[in-house]
Order: sequence, then C-alpha cells, then structure tokens
Amino acid sequence: MLPRLASLLFLLVLWQLGSTLAGPHLLPAPVAVLATISSEARSGALFVNLAATLMRVIAAFTLAMALGTALGLVMGRNKTVDRLCDPWLIVLLNLPALVIIVLAYIWVGLTEAAAIGAVALNKLPNTIATMREGARALDAQLEEMAQVFAMPFWTRIRHVLLPQLAPFFAAATRSGLSLVWKIVLVVELLGRSNGVGFEIGIAFQLFNVTLLLAYALPFVGLMLAIETFLVQPVERHVSRWRPQRA
Amino acid sequence: MFPAGARKELDVSITRKAFRSATGETRVILRDLAFTLAEGEVCALLGPSGCGKTSLLRIIAGLDKDFEGNVILPPWAKLAMVFQEPRLLPWRTVAQNLTLAGATNGPELAAIVAALGLTEHLDHFPGELSLGLARRVAIARAFAIKPDLLLLDEPFVSLDAALAMRLREELLGLVEARKVTTLIVTHDVEEAISLADRIILLSSRPAQVIADLSVTDPRRALSLAEASRLKTEIIALTSKAASRGA
Repeated sequence: MLPRLASLLFLLVLWQLGSTLAGPHLLPAPVAVLATISSEARSGALFVNLAATLMRVIAAFTLAMALGTALGLVMGRNKTVDRLCDPWLIVLLNLPALVIIVLAYIWVGLTEAAAIGAVALNKLPNTIATMREGARALDAQLEEMAQVFAMPFWTRIRHVLLPQLAPFFAAATRSGLSLVWKIVLVVELLGRSNGVGFEIGIAFQLFNVTLLLAYALPFVGLMLAIETFLVQPVERHVSRWRPQRA
Repeated sequence: MFPAGARKELDVSITRKAFRSATGETRVILRDLAFTLAEGEVCALLGPSGCGKTSLLRIIAGLDKDFEGNVILPPWAKLAMVFQEPRLLPWRTVAQNLTLAGATNGPELAAIVAALGLTEHLDHFPGELSLGLARRVAIARAFAIKPDLLLLDEPFVSLDAALAMRLREELLGLVEARKVTTLIVTHDVEEAISLADRIILLSSRPAQVIADLSVTDPRRALSLAEASRLKTEIIALTSKAASRGA
C-alpha cells in the first residue's frame, strides 16, 4: 500500500511541476482542479453527471456480459455454431467503436437505447471471445465424473461448471469495465445531453482544461473504487481454493 | 461362476469397439467380449497395459456409447467410479466433494472417512492434498454414495507400494462391509489376486477373454501357495495367448 501511495504522490508532484512549466491554461494545478471539483459538487452538477454516466456503464456492461457469456458458451461448446458465427465475431471485433456509435445514432436516433446499445455492442465481441475460451477450457474429466455420479443438473452448473468459468468471467469483467466506461464517454460526447462525456465536450468547446479534469478525475476514481472494493474482493473470494503462492 | 440365486448386476456383451486414429485407420480394441457379474461379486479385469480395459470400463460407465453390443444394468443401479486420476472438484473442500457426489452426512459417511484416514482433511481443498490422499478421497467418494456397482480403473497405479497396499486393504474392508458389486481394472497380477474373487483375463488388443478364473479361497485367507499357483497359471495363460496372437 505504501509504495502505491508514494507513487501517486510522485505523480501529483510531476503534475504540479508540469503545471508550473506549461501554464495554468494548458495544465491547471491540482489545487485549481480540486476547487472546481468542489464547486461542481456543491452545485450538484457533478453528482448528476456522474450518476448518469455510471447508470449507462452499468446498463451497457450488464447487457454485454449477459449476451456475450451466453453466446460465448454456445460457440465454445458447439463447433457448427462456432464456425458460422466466428466470421461475424471477427468483423465485430475489428469494427471501430466510433463506427458502431455513429451508425447506432443514425439508425435508432439520439436515444438512450441507442447509446447503451452501441456501447454494449462494442464490448460484446470481447466478452464472447473470452467466454468462448472458457467454454473450450472446460475439464472433460470432471464432466465425466459428474455424469457417472449422476449429479443433478443444478449441482453440475453451480459446482462443476461455474467455478471453471469464473476466472474467464472475471477477466471479461475487468477488461469490460474499463472498456465500457471509456466508450460511454464517447457516446455521451456525441449524442447525450448529460453525463461526464457531455461535460467534457463542453469543456473542450470552452477550452477549459480545469473543468475537463474536474469531471474526468472523479470518474476515474469511481471506477478505481469499483475495481478495488467490488471486483477484486469477489475475485479473491471465488479463487480462494487456489493454492496460495508463496 | 454365477452363484445360484444371486441377482445379475451387470451383463456385458460387446461385439466390437473401434477407434479411428488420426491417420484414418481403424483400430479394433474390443471384440466379442462378454461376461456377467452377480450381485456382490468382486471381479478383476486383468490384462496388459493398453489392451482396452479402460475403454471397456468407460463403456460400462456409460461414458462411451460408440460401440457395437449391449451393456445391461438394472435400471435402478447406482454407479460409482474411481478413475485413474482423483477427479475431485478443486474449488470445493473434501467434505463438499463427498456430499456433492451424492453422499449423505451421517455416521456412515464419517465411518468411511475415518477408515480412509481423511477425518482431519475434510475441510481441506484438493490442491492441499498429496496424490495419495486425493486418491483416498476419490475412493471415499465412490463408497459414500452407496453404489450398486463400483468401477475402479487402476486406482492404485503410480502410488508407492506401501501406500498402495494399505489402500488395497482399506478397499477390501469397505467392499466386504458393504457387499457392493465391484469391477476392478488392473494390469497388476498380484493386485488382482489380492482383491478379487474372480479374475477375467484379457488378451492384448483387440481385448478378448482368455480365461475366467475364480479365486476359491476367501480373499483374506488366501494361502501363499494358492496365490503363487494362481499367479503362475495367469502368466502361463497370458503368454500362451500372446504366442497364439503373434
């Protein structure tokens, strides 16, 4: 913990130095950003926008994980489906996020559904690819054991299948969260009237770097907190059976 | 061979089982192989390594349906199997591995666990156990569900001799206490003699029955002379079959 704090402190020092060198217009000092954060917080705008963005992140993330897990598992287990869907997956994996977002806005309109759908579609192929690997890595020996001992369906799902998929799900979650929130900001910039991305768009038009950082940093902090206090503890809990590394 | 009045527990009649190798040629591994087991019988399938014993056991266990012939079990028959590998769920404790396979908690389970020296390991994860201990958990699991038919696939292979002998004794004690129909696959003549009251001798590939021997003396009281006579007989039969095949 201490090296991490020291490292962050060093980053602050660098920031302050950079601010002095580049001038407050290009890079405002940490104290100035903090002041803007607190004024935005007092007006309530900060929380409204953070909440709007967070809701979009949660909705798109949940959608992409649910759909991607289901599709990935089917593709990993069924060769015919895999062969049929694999080219689509490669196309989707290589389609730029911006193309999907703009197309979604043109075809569906500047709506919340289009925004969330576009973000989910961007995350979807990544989830599918990861969960497909998980399905392919399933241990056939354990499956046979469960079959011989005639384990009930739900016992197999809960105690044989899910624990094997958990590491892949965790990997998809981690890469998913960071990917989704970055794309949500772009979606907001292009076609929403609230959220962190929208505020950053305004800051860009006003050339206001202080405002930009005042919205970006709290959201990075929020995502870090979710990763540290939610994702990591859950991951530790499901992998507690693994022999501890010395 | 078939005790009068005893119920038939297993009826195996396989006309042909073949594998297709990667190069496309077909290898017949089982041909015209038939035998029945009576309730409570402990039978060893003895044959050279790689003769198809494991394939036969997998067919009986219902794990391989790609063969010509029939395997008839009573519809109510509860199966248990000890594989060559322990095949435990690494993310569940020893106790959970036992109950998830279908064992009910109670004095009977505690007795089996105690007989196999696992009482102090109930809360451990399989990754914390040695191979010998993990094997014992697999044996405990097979016994704890009170099977009608117990299948054992070289359960003591690659264990040191002293431990293998101790486990054989524990297995014998459990088999005798429960009168469970047992089929043990092994390539070890002495193991077959010391465990089974009937030995089915298999030729090398394609596996066919060379001889069906009964071990007349009760297993525990088997005299040294009788054991060595059996061993000589088995070796003579095996080499005769091998020279015929060559």
